[in-house]
Amino acid sequence: MSLDPLQILDVALLAMLLVIAIAVARAINLFAAAMLTGVYSLICAVWFLVLDAPDVAFTEAAVGAGISTILMLGTVLLAGPEARVLPLRRRIAPFVAAVAAGGLLLYAVSDLPPYGSAATPANSGVGFEYLQRAGPDTHVPNVVTAVLASYRGFDTLGETAVIFTAGIAVLLLLGAGRRRNGGAQ
Amino acid sequence: MTAHPVLRVAAKLLIPMIVVFGLYVQFHGDFGAGGGFQAGVICAASVILYALVFGMHAARSVLPPAAVRVGAALGVLLYAGAGMAGVALGGNYLDYFVLPGGQHAGIFTVELGVLLTVSSTMVLFFYAFAGRARDIPGEDG
Repeated sequence: MSLDPLQILDVALLAMLLVIAIAVARAINLFAAAMLTGVYSLICAVWFLVLDAPDVAFTEAAVGAGISTILMLGTVLLAGPEARVLPLRRRIAPFVAAVAAGGLLLYAVSDLPPYGSAATPANSGVGFEYLQRAGPDTHVPNVVTAVLASYRGFDTLGETAVIFTAGIAVLLLLGAGRRRNGGAQ
Repeated sequence: MTAHPVLRVAAKLLIPMIVVFGLYVQFHGDFGAGGGFQAGVICAASVILYALVFGMHAARSVLPPAAVRVGAALGVLLYAGAGMAGVALGGNYLDYFVLPGGQHAGIFTVELGVLLTVSSTMVLFFYAFAGRARDIPGEDG
């Protein structure tokens, strides 16, 4: 294996993700677990940036490390600061489920195209045509924006509707804030 | 009453910058990384920071929950309306070429819709979660 500095960075970042994931799984203090998931997202964002995907990295940093962490902390505020430690026999089934799901994902990795391959669907399908046509068609330098808002505008409308639906669902489940609690002094 | 003066001053300095950065990400999304989604989250973060430092009560009076709910719906309506405008002007749904401003106007409008929905929904999430908790005390908490 050649010593490409970017690949060393990839491996280092992925190793950090693994360590943080184990730390989150083992954390008893839920405040620490919530903060560590934020750190996890931030390192994910750095990794996406290394992979030349600044738009995805930006979203991950803003949503994953920012808003999600705050919502996690809000949940910790509601649920209490400490996790209940379950007896060993009740931890076996979740462990088996997690290992099985992880194993299936690792098995699926063998079906992915090699890292940086020119024959991936993204490089051999319509992706290349978007790159060529986005400039003359839309005069928008950032092709990602052109694809998201124009070529795939209908998909993005769906995503916006999904976020709106999630908002409605949260309103239905948690209520519109203070109103139902009646002040709660 | 005057708890955490450092936090208060830092938040007062940071919140305008966060909003300006959010708007930059919104309107610069055509040229650099970013767009309505990221900008919406950043703008929501400024409201959340305000609520964390100055209390839910103050945040609710700055940005009432009713306005947030209307904003979330308005964003989707704006996006879908941009699509219907294409139909009304003789094109297909979400066809920006027939719009007066062309592709640029279409992308601008739908990104604005995304910004409205995302920022409103994120603040709405926060209001819903924080409204359930007993103690995010503010100035008068």
